[in-house]
Amino acid sequence: MAAEGNAIDALGQFVLYPALGQVGSAVGFTNSNLYMVFAGVLIVALMVYGMREAAMVPGRMQGLAESAYGFIDDMVVAQVGEEGRRFFPFVFTLFMFILFGNMLGLFPYAFTFTSHITVTFALAATVFVLVTAVAIALHGRKFFGYFMPEGAPMWLAPIIIPVEIVSYLSRPISLSVRLFANMMAGHVMLKVFATFVVMLAGLGTVGPVLSLMPLALNIALVAFEVLVAFLQAYVFAILTCIYLHDAVHLH
Amino acid sequence: MPQLDFANPLMTTTLLWLFLIFGALYFALKSYALPRVATVLENRAARIRADLDAAQAAQREGEAALAELRAATAAARAEAQATVAAAMAEAQAKASAQAEAINARLASQVDEAETRVRAARDAAMGALREVAGSTAQAMLARLGVSAPARTVTAAVDRAAKQGAR
Repeated sequence: MAAEGNAIDALGQFVLYPALGQVGSAVGFTNSNLYMVFAGVLIVALMVYGMREAAMVPGRMQGLAESAYGFIDDMVVAQVGEEGRRFFPFVFTLFMFILFGNMLGLFPYAFTFTSHITVTFALAATVFVLVTAVAIALHGRKFFGYFMPEGAPMWLAPIIIPVEIVSYLSRPISLSVRLFANMMAGHVMLKVFATFVVMLAGLGTVGPVLSLMPLALNIALVAFEVLVAFLQAYVFAILTCIYLHDAVHLH
Repeated sequence: MPQLDFANPLMTTTLLWLFLIFGALYFALKSYALPRVATVLENRAARIRADLDAAQAAQREGEAALAELRAATAAARAEAQATVAAAMAEAQAKASAQAEAINARLASQVDEAETRVRAARDAAMGALREVAGSTAQAMLARLGVSAPARTVTAAVDRAAKQGAR
């Protein structure tokens, strides 16, 4: 899928294929799903294998598992409060799933399932549905008061209510587009510069020297993408927490 | 862009599998993996709390023992000081009593000696006057002057008084 002819095929890495041969093809199991399974298996492995000793003084893997747990636990409690504890497993799953998806995508030949807007939107929609359901379950009809802030003059209602509703409905869009766009842009850049390396290297004697420039850039980009992978997972999780806070406390 | 190729049937199946995988992961973490971590963290927190409590109790105990030791030391010191003071007072009393007795004895001895000296002196003085009287009588007799003994004695007495002065 690299440079075929002289064209740069930066998008080929996002194409869905059936994975697992005939069986996967029959049930529509794609390469994207394969990496979701990898991510899930790695997360469970970290949490179960890492905690297998359940030692009083943690080793490396246990320390990693515990700090992941503590990181999300602190985030949920800080953002939502003590009553947010029951959403902790959901936020933890969401954060780890996105983080591992982003990180796995950085390996060569790997598929980045978070670079698909449908996948990120599905996750964001899950958050949206959960948040709305929690808000309605906790507050009933008072939930709709959320769209009319207290203390705002009544004559502004025709403006405020539509704005609030639009801003509420745009949450899953901003949530999903942010993650998708970040991951896709990063991977396109990596692919483009990697193609430059190959193309420049084929330019005769000076080519290999010139190709060092995009190579150096790509090395820096990989480091940057590791940061982005973590940051976007964090942003997704903390925004989920903030929405949950709104749902639990209504402003 | 392959991400917007909604004609691809794999787009839908990918999402179905996403929900299946995400759901499975959620339940695996929620019901098995995360409670284990929570238990370990709770055990550690409880252990740390218990250790801290024990350390605090030990510290309190140590402080109490230290205070007890200080009190005991102070009491012993006070007792020792009282004993020393009593012994010193007793010794002083004894010494001053002895000194007083010795002084009294010495004073009586001095008095006695003084009395004896005075007596001896008086005696000597008496004898001297007698000698002086008889000498004066003898001298008067040699001069051929007769004088009554009483007058001579009185004159000698007068002269003795003047000479003593």
